[in-house]
Amino acid sequence: MNASRKKFHAKYFAPTLYIIFLMTPIYWLLTMSLKTNQEILSTFSLWPENLTLANYIVIFTDASWYSGYINSMIYVSMNTVISVLAALPAAYAFSRHRFLGDKHIFFWLLTNRMAPPAVFALPFFQLYSSIGLFDTHIAVALAHTLFNIPLAIWILEGFMSGVPREIDETAYIDGYSFPKFFVKIFMPLIASGIGVAAFFCFMFSWVELLIARTLTSVAAKPIAAVMTRTVSASGLDWGVLAAAGILTILPGALVIWFVRHHIARGFALGRV
Amino acid sequence: MLELKSITKHEHGQAHVEGVSLSLEPGKMHILLGPTLSGKTTLLRLMAGLDRPTSGEIIMDGQAVTGVPVRKRNVAMVYQQFVNYPSLSVYENIASPLRVRGAARRYIRKKVEGAADVLGIKEFFRRRPSELSGGQQQRVALARALVKEASLVLLDEPLANLDYKLREELRTELPRIFKGSGAVIVYATSEPREAMLIGDSVTCLHEGRIASTGTARALYDRPNTLVTAKIMSDPPLNTIRIEKKGAVLELGGDRRLHIGAHMETLADGPYEIGLRAHHLGISASASNGIEAVVATTEVTGSETMVHAEFMGTRWVSLLHGVHALNAGDKISLNPDADRLFVFDETGALVATPAS
Repeated sequence: MNASRKKFHAKYFAPTLYIIFLMTPIYWLLTMSLKTNQEILSTFSLWPENLTLANYIVIFTDASWYSGYINSMIYVSMNTVISVLAALPAAYAFSRHRFLGDKHIFFWLLTNRMAPPAVFALPFFQLYSSIGLFDTHIAVALAHTLFNIPLAIWILEGFMSGVPREIDETAYIDGYSFPKFFVKIFMPLIASGIGVAAFFCFMFSWVELLIARTLTSVAAKPIAAVMTRTVSASGLDWGVLAAAGILTILPGALVIWFVRHHIARGFALGRV
Repeated sequence: MLELKSITKHEHGQAHVEGVSLSLEPGKMHILLGPTLSGKTTLLRLMAGLDRPTSGEIIMDGQAVTGVPVRKRNVAMVYQQFVNYPSLSVYENIASPLRVRGAARRYIRKKVEGAADVLGIKEFFRRRPSELSGGQQQRVALARALVKEASLVLLDEPLANLDYKLREELRTELPRIFKGSGAVIVYATSEPREAMLIGDSVTCLHEGRIASTGTARALYDRPNTLVTAKIMSDPPLNTIRIEKKGAVLELGGDRRLHIGAHMETLADGPYEIGLRAHHLGISASASNGIEAVVATTEVTGSETMVHAEFMGTRWVSLLHGVHALNAGDKISLNPDADRLFVFDETGALVATPAS
């Protein structure tokens, strides 16, 4: 009994420690969001002494706060839809057809992601200002597709190449037209791939701050920008900021939950 | 009626099919027989319209269909790998070609149930293909080909990936299932056994060309060339170059054979002889046969296959029952001289054993 107990400890010690390290900042954020500003600044407490939801109430009632969430949601969804819709046919072409320079283009897609977003912030800002797209949701969504479409193509291509070509042929033999085959037969087969690609697009767009902030001022201001700019007359509003942080983590955590079984394959760009 | 007119298919500068002309009439099982890489699958894909021939013409019921895409043709195909739609139920898998065509619900129901009855998969309607065994999955694919009532049914080694028992079972069923449909049925296989058992007419393919055509029986009894004889023989045909001198065949060294009755009128000279494994006897003592050394033996229970070597040539003998022979044993091979096929230098058959 004792020996097995000891074993248990040794086995779980390292991961437990790791998870504690990992979760500490998030836990700290959570407790902060449930404390009053006074408690945050004056005492050191491991858990809130005066539990309060006031910080969250501020966010859900103050338009300057919740509109940040709405803006982010809008351009992130737009970006995810555009990226996946554009990547589906492209990935199919890369997976099923051989054409001149296909391998080079395919690799070049990925190199797009190697440039820091800061590089593109300036040209996007100038371009969108001059054509009247500045401070719109679609501006941010389009800018993010620059990074998300290549990623989505890579992920989807991996999933698509896992589907035997004979299935395509059988569908053509049965009389399916290409669009009908693609939607009715093929897409269900790579549904998890589409989910994973959408997740990665969502995540990138959700956490990306620099481009989103550069391309917006008021009407499409993302939540991350709201958070980093909020300094009231009485100094930083710690509690509300912490609550906003928690609410920013939530959507990502929710989406991860939905694609948790396929996420590893997504990180391998669909190639297993 | 499907006609191929000097079809050629090149890919990356390599000829996969070269100058193939065939005409296949409906209501019959046409076998494409040949080893792997002989061009069977390429030819089927060309017939289906999945690939375009480099040159040549394909004519279906009097109409040229060479460039017509596969979905515009009335074709059904079954692959060696069991190909079904993984996301659809078995019922929907079978119904798929009818659904695309926009057939009425009741008609689809009737057809699918009929096909499933024939293939014995009715109880799996609501399952997914991945929940079925290999044999059942292939039955689903066959059922889908059946409901379509295509005028051309292409079967690409449909039984090759099945286990022995299922293969035997389906092999007897297949002709019964498809023959009544009045379609042109093409069945590709690498096994002469299958060709003999189910084929009405057999086309032997060798390196992308037609080696011979005829009924399975005729090709087996009288293969017009050495290549055909090899394709039609399993276990592999035993061959060796010989020199005929009067009533004696010299195999080289001091090994010689007495000629068979059917070779008496043959002129003296160099030939290549072929002998099927079951016509090659074996005796342990050094009688008047060919001295050879056992390389390996395979005992299947009712039969024994003995691989023996002499002068760098390996021959196979198929014997009844169990014979205990070890590698390295000295034996004597006794070919049945009356069963020898004799081919001339060009590979053409010049003497045929009486059948």
